[in-house]
Amino acid sequence: MNRSVRRAGGLLVLLLVQASACHDGGKPDTLRLWAMGREGEVVVRMTAEFERDNPGIHVDVQQIPWSAAHEKLLTAYVGGSMPDVFQVGTTWVPELVAVGAVAALDDRAGASRSLRLDDYFPGVIDANRIGGTLYAVPWYVDTRVLFYRSDLLQRAGYAEPPRTWEEWLASMKRVRERDGGGKYAILLPVREWETPVILALQLGAELLRDGDRYGNFRGPEFRRAFELYLDLFERGLAAGVGETQVTNVYQDFAAGFFAFYITGPWNLGEFATRLPPDLKDAWATAPMPAPDEQYPGVSLAGGAGLAISGTSKHQDLAWKLVEYLSEPRRQVEFYRLTGDLPPTETAWKDPVLAGDPRAQVFKTQLKSVRSTPKIPEWERIASKVAQYAESSIRGRMTVEGSLTALDAEVDAILEKRRWLLRHQGGSGGARVEDGE
Amino acid sequence: MRSPPASASLSPAYLFVAPALAAIGIFFVVPVAASLVLSFTDFDIYSVADLANLRFHWFDSYRHLLGDARFWTALRNTAYFVFVGGPLSVAVSLGAALLLDAKAVRLRPLFRTVFFLPVVTTLVAMAVVWRYLYHPRYGLLNYLLGLAGIAPIDWLGDPVWAMPAIILMAVWKNFGFNMMIFLAGLQSIPEKLYEAARMDGAGAWQQFRYVTLPMLRPTFLFVAIMTMIGYFQLFAEPYVMTQGGPSDSTLSVVLLMYEEGFRWWNMGYAAAVAFVLFAIILVFTLVQLRLRGDDRLAPARETGAAR
Repeated sequence: MNRSVRRAGGLLVLLLVQASACHDGGKPDTLRLWAMGREGEVVVRMTAEFERDNPGIHVDVQQIPWSAAHEKLLTAYVGGSMPDVFQVGTTWVPELVAVGAVAALDDRAGASRSLRLDDYFPGVIDANRIGGTLYAVPWYVDTRVLFYRSDLLQRAGYAEPPRTWEEWLASMKRVRERDGGGKYAILLPVREWETPVILALQLGAELLRDGDRYGNFRGPEFRRAFELYLDLFERGLAAGVGETQVTNVYQDFAAGFFAFYITGPWNLGEFATRLPPDLKDAWATAPMPAPDEQYPGVSLAGGAGLAISGTSKHQDLAWKLVEYLSEPRRQVEFYRLTGDLPPTETAWKDPVLAGDPRAQVFKTQLKSVRSTPKIPEWERIASKVAQYAESSIRGRMTVEGSLTALDAEVDAILEKRRWLLRHQGGSGGARVEDGE
Repeated sequence: MRSPPASASLSPAYLFVAPALAAIGIFFVVPVAASLVLSFTDFDIYSVADLANLRFHWFDSYRHLLGDARFWTALRNTAYFVFVGGPLSVAVSLGAALLLDAKAVRLRPLFRTVFFLPVVTTLVAMAVVWRYLYHPRYGLLNYLLGLAGIAPIDWLGDPVWAMPAIILMAVWKNFGFNMMIFLAGLQSIPEKLYEAARMDGAGAWQQFRYVTLPMLRPTFLFVAIMTMIGYFQLFAEPYVMTQGGPSDSTLSVVLLMYEEGFRWWNMGYAAAVAFVLFAIILVFTLVQLRLRGDDRLAPARETGAAR
């Protein structure tokens, strides 16, 4: 007994010596990773594996709710406490680049053996490039496609989803005529920028002009898209109800209150679990219809990427973690756990995705996506688009009045950007990329 | 030992209040002064990157504010909420307090608790329930209207009805608090005043009009001012229920400030909104104090004097 105590004591001393030896070369390296919402919950399992494969490295994962993430990242930057690696929504990248919070990744990505940029959907990679430089590696992708009730469409005489705007409008009219009586053809939230912007991007619209210095919403492409969008409400194809009132999309979809819905990948899982069993095969997804014969029409390039803080002391290790999480087989696992769609072609070849026709539609769509203007002000401009779209839907403003006011507001929002572009070089502060 | 007269004038009281003053200075004066300075700049996301991008433009934010249609919308909505919701809330809480104070009421503690419950319930949970009540097709409210033969109302989706819907919910949530204050005020009115009134032949209404109301004056002033200040700061209800929509019909001044400041990082502009709101509340508080004569916010003294 005496002996075993002594042995245990010896072991303890040994452990202590080892621990202090570790301390000698700096602490056991700790990588800080911030991830949001569900991704934050799930990523912990993967980082545990990363720690096993890389002894001496500890990954400290912090979960952040989506609603607070944007603010928290900026405050962390101001307070000098940025995590080494963090998840970043595609639309936030321009802002983080402007404040200089993220490291450029081109060299690392170019030299990487496991991560091949040509395996990624080009439109999605492009969304994470600002001024030609890559600042985040796409982690999962997001775009909008058409969800529709195939049974209702069939009854209206359409075996296939619409490929052109013309077909789309005609099918909506038929659905509406058949079902009528307080029912609609499509669900379009009233205060939303996505649909008019997608339609405009399909027409090749430049939403901002002169190197993103001024609004270009009075341009012919956006105007045409905007008019089509408003027309859907005017003809009674879309219900003029507010976003707050759509308390249960799934219930309404099941009741046939609408047949089309433009939405994203998260609803694949939601529709599968929330619709009643007898509608299991009564819904499908389809790529966005196109204004011309160039099917499919483009949609938005979105999602989230992994970025590395410019001030991180563990740049190499941080990149190692990014590479690790980006391996296609981990992306597939990530899809299984979260339903987030992977950004690489290889991951999409996995049977779990290849065998799901509804998910495959997203793959088709992801090959034709465009990103919104990559400037920090975009989210704010988008909210203005939504605001004026709503005013017009409610008939409070004419199309002309709406678009003129929208351009004026956007010009005012971009005033600081124009000033910075004029004075660039002098201050050497924020990096403002000229869109020209 | 006697201390020299010079230091005697510096009373030790200052020493005792110093910690409190320091706390007020650090947590109140400095932040307020800082935001005042902020309101003279265009502090935004680019200034976070580099302070060289900060422009001192003095009153530009204020000028911009006065020309901002959304600010006027927000102000109009807030005024609607304050001047319709405020009196309604005070009236409901007074009514509830009178009911609870009546001698015939049984289970008084139970009702008091029940009426007070919404005040301490979390707003977010409540908002979820109310959104169901307000739902145009499945909501209880429209179901009841339907029984009375009234066409359904799109409560939160119609710009005309959204603010009344918010007011209804806010009054329901808040009246319990003022009710408790009124109840305390009512219970401190000496019974003998009513006795005297009854002996002079006053009926129930006259007792209310000539005894209860005058005796409640200081309570009234307190409740009115606190309610007004609170209602001017309308934020959580529209934030949770409507996000300011539909068509900005429930956008309040504080919600606008929040959006500008924390959503778009226009801290300079947001600070300007805050100061304008402060000025408005100050003016209305002074007006109210003036209208009610020189009553002070001290119900206790009033009842003491009545003895």
